[in-house]
Amino acid sequence: MQHPLQGIRIVSGTLASFVESVVPLPVTEPADTPLVCLRNVRFAYGEREILRGIDLSVRRGQVVAIMGGSGCGKTTLLRLIGGQLRASAGSVQVDGQDLARLSRDDLYALRRRMGMLFQFGALFTDMSVFDNVAFPLREHTDLPPELVRDLVRLKLNAVGLRGAEGLSPAELSGGMARRVALARAIALDPMLIMYDEPFAGLDPISLGVIGQLIRRLNDALGASSIMVTHDIHESLEIVDYVYFVSEGRIVAQGTPDEIRASTDPFVHQFVHAEADGPVPFHYPAAPLAASLLGEGAP
Amino acid sequence: MKRVAELLRRIGARVVDGVWRLGFAARFFALVLLYSGQSFRRLHLTLRELWFSGVLSLLIILVSGLFVGLVLGLQGYEILQRFGSSEATGTMVALSLLRELGPVLAGLLFAARAGSAVTAEIGLMKTTEQLTAMDMMAVSPFARVVAPRFWGGVISMPLLAALFSAMGILGGWLISVVFIGIDEGAYWSQMQAAVDFRYDVVNGVIKSFVFGVAVSLIAVFEGYDCAPTAEGVSRAITRTVVSSALTILALDFVLTSFMFRGQS
Repeated sequence: MQHPLQGIRIVSGTLASFVESVVPLPVTEPADTPLVCLRNVRFAYGEREILRGIDLSVRRGQVVAIMGGSGCGKTTLLRLIGGQLRASAGSVQVDGQDLARLSRDDLYALRRRMGMLFQFGALFTDMSVFDNVAFPLREHTDLPPELVRDLVRLKLNAVGLRGAEGLSPAELSGGMARRVALARAIALDPMLIMYDEPFAGLDPISLGVIGQLIRRLNDALGASSIMVTHDIHESLEIVDYVYFVSEGRIVAQGTPDEIRASTDPFVHQFVHAEADGPVPFHYPAAPLAASLLGEGAP
Repeated sequence: MKRVAELLRRIGARVVDGVWRLGFAARFFALVLLYSGQSFRRLHLTLRELWFSGVLSLLIILVSGLFVGLVLGLQGYEILQRFGSSEATGTMVALSLLRELGPVLAGLLFAARAGSAVTAEIGLMKTTEQLTAMDMMAVSPFARVVAPRFWGGVISMPLLAALFSAMGILGGWLISVVFIGIDEGAYWSQMQAAVDFRYDVVNGVIKSFVFGVAVSLIAVFEGYDCAPTAEGVSRAITRTVVSSALTILALDFVLTSFMFRGQS
C-alpha cells in the first residue's frame, strides 16, 4: 500500500520548481548554515520586556521545540521569526536574510517559503476544507485548476482528510481543523514550518497523530520545523533539539536524551510537572492571609 | 483640586487617543486605496461583497423607501391642501427624497444592515487569527479582505439610495394618487418640471456616494482595529453604527450647505 506521504514527495519537487520559476526567490544559503538564527534578541510590548537576549538557531532538516510556561515569550519568538513582530534589539535571520532589513515585498517573498500552523487552525470560515488548502496555491501560482485539485488532494491525503474536502471548518473537530491547517501550511512545500501550540486541547489519539505528522512531513518535505509547545512528553518523541524559555531567556537546551537526563532544576521541574521549582505556581502577589484581611484590595 | 486634575488628565488622554486613532484611520484609508488595484484584479471578491452589502440590503431598503414615501405623500398632501397646492405633492415627495431622505435614510439603514455585518465579519476574522494567517501566507488582508468590502459598500450605496428614492416616489404616488385621488398627470408632470437632473438628482447621488465611502471606511476600520475578543467585536459593531449615523448626519449638513444655496 502506498504511504500517504509518497505523493507529497513526488509532487513536492515539481511544485517547488514551479513556484521558484514564478516567484523570484533569493539565493538559498549553503546547507551547513542554520536556517533560522537569532542573536541576542530582545523584545518588549511597551514597557513590559518579554524577551531579554535570546540566542537560538535551527539547522536545516531539524525539528526544534521551544518550550516554557505560559506567557514566557514562546509565541512572541515565533512571531519574530515569521516577521510579524520586529525585535527591539538583536538580529533575526531566516535563510541568511535579516528580517529587520527586509521590505514588505521581500518579507512576503520569504513568507511564501514558510508555513505556519496556528493554535486553533485559523481556517477561513467562509471557505470549504478544499478551498482552504487550495488558497495559497491559487494566490501564489498560476497552476491549472486540475493540478491545484490534485495537489490539494495529495496534501489532504497526507493528513488523512482527503474525504473531508467538502466539509466546512465549522463541521470539523479541533484535531481535524488542525490537520487541515497543517495541509494548508505545507501547500507550497515550505522550507520552514512553524507550529504554535500544535498539541493544545487535543485528545490523546489526535495528539499522537499530529505529533507523527509533524515529524514525517518535515522529513518528507526536507523542511525545518519550529514548534512552540508545553507538551513535553509528546515533543521529546519527535524533535531533534529543545530550547527552554523562562522569563524571556533561554534557560536550558539540548537533545531529547540530554533533556531527559538533565539535572537542571528548571528542566527537572518542567519534565516532571512539579508545582514548586524555579517557575513559581503563583503570579506575584501579597501573602494570602494579608490579601484575605483586605490589604492591597483594589 | 486633585479631582479636577484627574478629570483634565482623563480628558487629555481621550483627546490624544482620539487624535492617534484619527491618524491611524487616515493611514488605514490610504492603505485601502493603495491595495485597491490588487483587490480589483480579484474582481470576484468585490462582486461577492456587492452581493452581500448591496443585494442582501435590498429588502430593508425597498420596504423602508415605500413606507417613507407613503408617509411623505400623506403629510405632503395634508399640508399642501391647506394652501390649495395639493397637486404639488409629487414635487415635494420627489425633492425630499432625492435631495435628503433618500441618501440619508438609505445611508443609515445601510450602516445598520451592511456596515455592522462587515465590522463583525472582519472583527471575527481578526479574533480567530484568520487575518494573521493570511498575512503569514504572504497575502495582504488589505487586498483580500478589506478593500473588496470597502468597494462593495461604496458601489452599493448610491444604487441603494437611488432605489430607496424610487420606491419612495412610488409610495407617494400610491397614497396621493391611488388612495387620496390627486390627479395623476399633475403628480408626475409637476414633479418632472420641478426636479432638476444636475441640481437635485446628481447632488443626491454625490451625497450617497460620500456616505457610502464614510460608512464603508468606518465599517472596515472598526473591524480591523477591534480588540480580538468577543467584547471587542461587540463594541466595534456598536461604534460602527453610532459613528456612521453621526458622520452621515454631519456630512449631510456640510454637503447640503455647499450644494443647495437657493436656486433662482
